[in-house]
Amino acid sequence: MGKKEVTSSMKARKFAANTAVHVILAVMAVIWIFPIFWVILTSFRAEKGSYVSSFFPKGYTVGNYVKLFTDTTILNFPKMFMNTLVIAIITCVVSTFFVLSVAYVMSRLRFKMRKPYLNIAMILGLFPAFMSMVAVYYILKSLGLSEGAMIRVALVLVYSGGAGLGFTIAKGFFDTIPKALDEAAYIDGCTRFQVFYKITIPLSKPIIVYTVLTSFMGPWVDFIFAKVICRANADYYTVAIGLWRMLEKEYIDNWYTCFAAGAVVVSIPIAILFIFMQRYYTEGLSGAVKG
Amino acid sequence: MSIKFKKRVNEFPTPYTVSNAVKKGGLLTKLSMLIMGAGNIAHKQIIKGLIFLLMEVAFVYFMITTGAHCLAMLPSLGDRAQEEVWNEAKGIYEYVAGDNSLLILLYGVVTIFVIIWFIFMWRAAVKSAYKTECLAKEGKHINSIKDDIKDMFHMNLHKTLLTLPLAGILAFNILPLAFMICMAFTNYSKQGDHLMLFDWVGLDNFAKVLSFSDSIGQTFWPVLGWTLVWAVFATGLNYIFGMILAILINRNGTRFKSFWRFCFILSIAVPQFVSLLIMRTMLQPSGAVNVLLQNLGLIDSPLPFWTNATWARVTVIIINLWVGIPYTMMQVTGILQNIPAELYEAAKVDGANAVVTFFKITLPYMLFVTMPYLITTFTGNVNNFNVIYLLSGGDPTPVGSTAGKTDLLVTWLYKLTIDQQYYNIGAVIGIFTFVVLAIVSLITYRNTGSYKNEEGFQ
Repeated sequence: MGKKEVTSSMKARKFAANTAVHVILAVMAVIWIFPIFWVILTSFRAEKGSYVSSFFPKGYTVGNYVKLFTDTTILNFPKMFMNTLVIAIITCVVSTFFVLSVAYVMSRLRFKMRKPYLNIAMILGLFPAFMSMVAVYYILKSLGLSEGAMIRVALVLVYSGGAGLGFTIAKGFFDTIPKALDEAAYIDGCTRFQVFYKITIPLSKPIIVYTVLTSFMGPWVDFIFAKVICRANADYYTVAIGLWRMLEKEYIDNWYTCFAAGAVVVSIPIAILFIFMQRYYTEGLSGAVKG
Repeated sequence: MSIKFKKRVNEFPTPYTVSNAVKKGGLLTKLSMLIMGAGNIAHKQIIKGLIFLLMEVAFVYFMITTGAHCLAMLPSLGDRAQEEVWNEAKGIYEYVAGDNSLLILLYGVVTIFVIIWFIFMWRAAVKSAYKTECLAKEGKHINSIKDDIKDMFHMNLHKTLLTLPLAGILAFNILPLAFMICMAFTNYSKQGDHLMLFDWVGLDNFAKVLSFSDSIGQTFWPVLGWTLVWAVFATGLNYIFGMILAILINRNGTRFKSFWRFCFILSIAVPQFVSLLIMRTMLQPSGAVNVLLQNLGLIDSPLPFWTNATWARVTVIIINLWVGIPYTMMQVTGILQNIPAELYEAAKVDGANAVVTFFKITLPYMLFVTMPYLITTFTGNVNNFNVIYLLSGGDPTPVGSTAGKTDLLVTWLYKLTIDQQYYNIGAVIGIFTFVVLAIVSLITYRNTGSYKNEEGFQ
């Protein structure tokens, strides 16, 4: 009898705790989803301008999306989209190669400059990236990369140039691949390079996917470097600058709802990539070979 | 707090060093010090020798044509201003281009980099010549070009794989940084019209930033203070709340785990600048939040999210929680599940409740494991340009000040360089940001387990 009472009161307490947790989670989820939901609503809103008088729009339209892709006179969104896509693809290839090479070398090979390199990489990471932005611009200018179509090359260089410093996560992953595999391969007469592309790379799918996706996403979300390097060359703007400009005083009245539409258009592929990548991200952090 | 410096032990001993080459090297090695690659060519490593020789020729050519001039200009940074000159023949004033100190400085720094690179090459050439000489004397096999190429993919793989990434880092990280650090010692600034011609001024800018009497100095200390407050709150609160969220989702009684996780991950999947810009417009005086609250009759006048200093500061910290909590949740989930279950069972037996368990078991364990992650986040927050710049833009800004109440050192740096063109002061701020971060990281990082035994878990 007594025992039954104890279990039922425990059950009640457990039930109360569970309910509380679910309520908290629900409230938090609403807070987290609210801005996203709101921007989707805004992208379909018929009234123009940033001022709203009610939560739900008074009229719905897809005109904002149509305008975004057809009205190319002031802010040429389709062109920005293509610019960003091209830059992102090239950046992605170059930085993936850089990151994987450096991470493999730092994880597997032992040589004199290794520790100094690790220390220098850590020190460089402590300087604010924007500090050298002005200098980067002048370097690109003296290389003749600051005008015309060369701006695209300049952006690729800026996004992938420092990739060799972002090797920590990939190195952590390579560290977890047992060295015995490498040693077995050396005994079989493999060179170090063969070990790299025949053993390490095939075992590292999660971290490769992770690296590819993060470097692909870089150009879509950066707008500071892009702004400094493109300056007034609207032909070479990336989507990030374009969206930012839509919120400037002279454009916000006409372009606010288009901004929301643009935000949705850019976010959808990135969100899909990210949710897909998330699995690899966790796996990448937790190591390669289990057990 | 003491940092021990171990005596450096050379893990990679080799007899083929430059000092040995100087002491024991034969005639060919000595000749290689003058004509790089001579020793290699004499020992039939013709291509390798020619590459060394070519590098030397290119370097000498560069130094004679441009390098020497660039170096000579570096101490003065140029002194000819742009002038108007009367052209008799055409009967008009013509502009004669003056010196551009910025380019002189840039080319000077590049030349110094080239010289350093050449010294490395020279050492490599001497070592290589000495090595071939020794091998030839001992009658051992000397690598042919074929062997060398093979080695590039085996024993020297690190050189092959690192060359391009290193070139990128040199050109786009180290060179600009060296250039900016130099700028901190000049008067390159709109102040006093030094945008074309400027000079070395020693430590003047540092004194200006640190002094309490100068207007820059009066701005610096409050901004530094707020940067540290921001970084501590942003890092600490995100960490704790992110962990609590992860625990709530992963506890046994919670249902629909992947649904909850999806909700939060969705918010990071949206690009950060998009969500931040949305937040900023939502919190404007006539933005969605204020209008809704007014329509509901909860408030009479708009809440001063961006116009009142305290409101703005709290707002950016809270929005940063919105941005950061899902990240932390994602990153700590895996580690949380690694905490030995026995610890929790023991705590339960001892009658500890959830709060006690969290502070006595979860937090200490997590702090131990994720210290490097925390330091990275702290560094990231001190340098968190996006959140501040896109949300408040540093506002509210007092009249006549270069920095707003929510400006961090980095956003202030950005404003000083891009908007105000005080390049020298901007560079000093950058250096101070680095110093702050270096001190914090050095103290904590050196003491973490993951730095001390990097290969501990292999």
